[in-house]
Amino acid sequence: MAEAGTEVREGTSRRSFIKGVVATGAAVSSANYLFRNRGTVVAQPGAAGAVERLVTLNINGQSRRVDVMPQETLAMTLRYKLGLTGTKIGCDRAECGACTVLIDDVPHYSCSVLTHTVRGRQVVTIEGLEAADGTLHPVQQAVVDEQAFQCAFCMPGFVMASVGYLKTHPNPTRAELAHGISGNLCRCADYNKILNTMMRAAEYMRRA
Amino acid sequence: MADFKLIGQNYSTPDLVAKVTGRAKYAEDFRAEGMVFCKLLLSPFPHARVTGIDASEALAMPGVEGILTADDLPPKENRYDEQPLTNEPVYEGEPILALAAVDETTAAEAIERIRVSYEPLPFVVDPLESLRPGSPNGREDGNAYIGRDITTIKWPAEVFDQAAEGTLPMGEELGEQWAYGDVDAALAAADLVYDETVVIQSTSHQPLETRSAMAYWQNGRLYLHGSTQSVVRTLQTIANSCGITPEEVVLIGEYCGGGFGSKIPGSIQMAIPALLSRKINKPVMMRVTRMEENYFGKARAGFQARTKIGFRRDGRITALDMFIVQDNGPYNRQGDFLSAGRCASLGYQPENMRFRGVSVITNTPPRTSQRAPGGLQYVMMLAPYLARAAKELGVDQAELHKINAPEGQAAYGAPDPEQRRVTSAFVKEAIDLGLEKFRWQERRARSGQRNGTKVTGVGMAVSTFVGGSSGFDGLLVIRPDGVVQIQSGIGNLGTHSVFDMPRAALEALDTPFEQAEIVWGNTAKHLPWTCVSAGSQTTHAMTRANWAAGLDAKRKLQEIAATDLGGSPDDYQVSNGRVFRVGNTGGGLTFAQAAERAIALGGRYDGHELPADINAMTTASAQALAGQGLMGVAKDNFPIEGDLYSYVAGFAEVQVDVETGHYELIDYLPVTDCGIVVNPRGLAAQIHGGGIQGIGSVRSQKWVYDQQWGLPVAKRFYHNKPPTILDVPIAQEMDWGAVNLPDPQTPIGARGIGEPPIGAGAGALLAAIVDAVGDAYLRRMPVTPDNILTAIESVPAGAAGAISAHV
Repeated sequence: MAEAGTEVREGTSRRSFIKGVVATGAAVSSANYLFRNRGTVVAQPGAAGAVERLVTLNINGQSRRVDVMPQETLAMTLRYKLGLTGTKIGCDRAECGACTVLIDDVPHYSCSVLTHTVRGRQVVTIEGLEAADGTLHPVQQAVVDEQAFQCAFCMPGFVMASVGYLKTHPNPTRAELAHGISGNLCRCADYNKILNTMMRAAEYMRRA
Repeated sequence: MADFKLIGQNYSTPDLVAKVTGRAKYAEDFRAEGMVFCKLLLSPFPHARVTGIDASEALAMPGVEGILTADDLPPKENRYDEQPLTNEPVYEGEPILALAAVDETTAAEAIERIRVSYEPLPFVVDPLESLRPGSPNGREDGNAYIGRDITTIKWPAEVFDQAAEGTLPMGEELGEQWAYGDVDAALAAADLVYDETVVIQSTSHQPLETRSAMAYWQNGRLYLHGSTQSVVRTLQTIANSCGITPEEVVLIGEYCGGGFGSKIPGSIQMAIPALLSRKINKPVMMRVTRMEENYFGKARAGFQARTKIGFRRDGRITALDMFIVQDNGPYNRQGDFLSAGRCASLGYQPENMRFRGVSVITNTPPRTSQRAPGGLQYVMMLAPYLARAAKELGVDQAELHKINAPEGQAAYGAPDPEQRRVTSAFVKEAIDLGLEKFRWQERRARSGQRNGTKVTGVGMAVSTFVGGSSGFDGLLVIRPDGVVQIQSGIGNLGTHSVFDMPRAALEALDTPFEQAEIVWGNTAKHLPWTCVSAGSQTTHAMTRANWAAGLDAKRKLQEIAATDLGGSPDDYQVSNGRVFRVGNTGGGLTFAQAAERAIALGGRYDGHELPADINAMTTASAQALAGQGLMGVAKDNFPIEGDLYSYVAGFAEVQVDVETGHYELIDYLPVTDCGIVVNPRGLAAQIHGGGIQGIGSVRSQKWVYDQQWGLPVAKRFYHNKPPTILDVPIAQEMDWGAVNLPDPQTPIGARGIGEPPIGAGAGALLAAIVDAVGDAYLRRMPVTPDNILTAIESVPAGAAGAISAHV
C-alpha cells in the first residue's frame, strides 16, 4: 500500500514479487518511507551500491525479505520497513541503548548495525520475546510484577540488554548486573527499580 | 479521613503490557497513508537576521513536496516569544525552515541545496558578560527582563573592577528584589557567616524520546501525534501555534517518552509538521534527532550567584542574602531565580532574608521549567553551607536541618499584608523517619574514616517545591455493562498519574479497579478539564477532581436506589459495584442496573443536565457522553487555604578518593512528606528517580560553549553526561520512606511529588562530600574530580575557577 502515489521506475516487478512471497506479517508496507527506489536523487547515480538490494533477514524467528540500502541501519529497517516500532531510537549514535536488539543472542545497538550485515543471523526484537500464546518472557514478566520503568521509552532496550546479559550470566550480583546493562540510559533515572526488576528477572529465568 | 482501599496500594497500570511488548505507540511510531518526511534547516549563527532564502534548486528536485518558513506562520502573540521557525535566530541550532520530501534522505539532500543569507548580529553566551558596559545584548530588544519586559541593563565598570577574583560582581540595577527583616544587621550579629559565589550550570532536559511529531488534516481538523506531558492542556498550545481553534485539533498522545518540564504542553515545534502538512496536503512526519533535541529541546536556567548566610551558634539560620544572575536563554522570562528565593525562604525559614536577582538574555538554547525550576538550584547553592556550618558549629547535620525546618502552616516569601502560608509541612517527621531508616547515628560514626585512599562522608539535605493546584473537573460514566468508565485528561509521561488519579473516583465509589476502564491519551475521546501534567500539580488537583466526580456518581446511585427501592438516599451505601441498603450487601442495584435506570431517568443522572460551574471543555465532553450511563461529573470545589508545597529529606553516604578526586555514592535514601501516599511504587520511583537526576546535576551534567563564536561544543549524551546506572548505588537496593500524614486541606490528603525530590538528591550528595573533604571549592557545578582535588589541596579562593557560564 505504501507504493501508492510513488512512481516506481525500476523494480516494479521485483516489488510485485516480494508482495507475492511475503504472505504474512506487516511485510514491506512502509518500504518507501525512507529511501525512494528511483535511483536518481537519493542514490546519486554512479555511486556504488546506491540502490536498494533485496535481502532475507531472520527477525523474531521469521524469514523476512526486504529491500535495503547499503547504508541502512537495522533500527531503520525494523521500524520503517518491517513495522517493528517497539525498537526505539533515542540518539541514533550508540549512546543511549534504546534501540538494543539481540543478534545471535548478543545485545547490539541496532542504530549502529548495518542491516545487510545481519543476513543469516538471528535478530530478536522486543516484539519477539512474547510466546505465541501471549505468555510473557520472564524478563517481561518481571517488569510487569515490579511495575518497572516510568516513561518506558528506554524499556525495550533495557529489556533486550537484560535478556542478552542474563542468558550468559544467569546468577549475577546486583553490581555485576548493573555493569552488564550499563550501556543503556534511563532519563527518568529509575535505575534502582530497573535493578530490582532485572534481579527478579534473573530469578525467573533460572526457574524457567 | 476514610480508610482507603485503593489509595495507598500498589497495582498494575493498564498500559504496562503494551509498553513491555513494544505495542505502545509513541509519536514516531505512527504511520499515515501517503506520509512524507520533513527535515529542518537550523541556524549556524548564535544570533542573525535572515536576509534571503533561495530554495529554488531544492524545490525543483524530484520528490520534494514543499517548504515552510517563518513567513508561513500565524502572527506571534508576544514579540518576545519563541516561534516554531524564525527569521531572526537567537541561538545556534534554531530552526529557520522545514522542507518536506517523499523520504528523509531526499529531504536532507534538498536542505543542503537551500541557500540562506544571513546578517550576523551581536551575541552573548555568558550572562555576566552581557551586564558589562558596552557589551552585546542577546536580543535587539535588550539583554534582561524587568517584569515581563525586555530592557537593557548594564552595570558600571567599577562593579566589575572592584569584585575580587572568583567573586560575583553585584550591580544595583536588577530585575527583582524583596526582603523581610534586617538582613545586614542579622549578618553582623551572626555567630557564623559565609559569603560565597556559586555557579549552577544550565542543563538540557534530554528526555529519551525527542520531540518528534506526525500530523495530517482530515475534514478541516488537524490530527497530531505528538510527545507531550499533558494531554488536554496541549490543545491550546497547538491551536495558538497553528493559528486555529482548539476545537480544530485532535491530539493523540497516549505515551510520552519523558519531558521533565520540556514538553508541558508538548512543544512549539509540533506546529512544523502540522502547518507543512496543511500546505502540501499530505501527512508529514518530523523526526527530531538527538542533536536537534539538544538545540531546541529546552534547558534549565543556570545561575551565577552570591549568597551570604548567617548562623546562630545552635545552627539556626538568622540571615540569608541571595543575589542571583540568571541565564534566561533567549526567550520567555524564566522564573527559576524567583522560585529559588521562595523555596529557600520556605525550606530554611531564615529569620531575615533578602532576595535580589536579574534574568539575563543569552544566545543559548531556550530555557523552560525543568523538574523543580529554582527548586534544584537553591539547594545546590545552600546545602553545602548547612553541612559546613554543622561541622564548624559542632551541631549534628540533622539537628541543624530540624531547627531550620518549616512546620505546620509555615509562612514564607516576601511579606505582604496577607503573609503567604503553606497548607502543611511535616518536615521534622520526615527527617526523623530518615534518621531511623538510614541508621544515621551508625553511619555518622563512619564519617571521616579513611580506608586506603578513600574517605567516607555522610550528609543530608531537605528540599521543597510546589505540590499542587485545584479547581479542575472529574468526569466518569457508569455504563450499562457495569463498567466505571473514567475520563482521564492527564498525560502519560511516566508518573502513572494518568491512572493513579482516577482511582480516587473509584475510592469514592468503594469499587475495585478491575471494574474500571480508563479513557486517556486522545482529545477526541471526551476528556475533562485537567491541570497541566507538570509543576507537581496533578496528584493534588486530580485526586480532588476525581473524588468530586466519584462523590457525584455515588449520590446519584443513592438517589436512584431510594427512588426505586424506597427510603431516603442516605439509607443506601455504595460498595463493590452495587448500591444497597446500609448493611444489606445482597440487595439493591448493581451498577449495571443503576446505569440503565439513570439512562431512563435522564436529566442530571445520565449527563443531559450538567453542573453550571464545570469548564466548557468538560461540558462539551459530558454532552458527548450523555445518555451512555450514569454520569459522575463535578468541579473540584473543595475548600483550600494556603499554598501547596511538598518536601523531601535526602540522606547520602559517599566515599571520596582523595588521590584521584573520584567519588562513589554508597547509598541514598529519600523520605518524603507529600501527604498521603497514593501509589507506593510510583512514589518510590519519583523520589528515587528525581533524586538521581539531582545527583546527576552535581556529578556530571554540563554544557560547554565556545565563548568566542557562541557555539556549543557539548551536544550529545556523552558530552553532557546524564547519570547512568553506574552513578547510583549498585551494591544494594536503595530504601525510601514517606511520612504518610494527610494534608489537612484536601479530601484525599495527597500532595504532588514530581519535583521536590531532585533538590534533596543533589543536596544530600553535596552535604556528604562536604562532610568528607570540606566544601572550600565545591562552588562550580558540576563537582568533578578536579573540583574535589582543588578542595583537598586548599588552594586560594580565586582558584575555585572562573564564574563564567558554560565553560
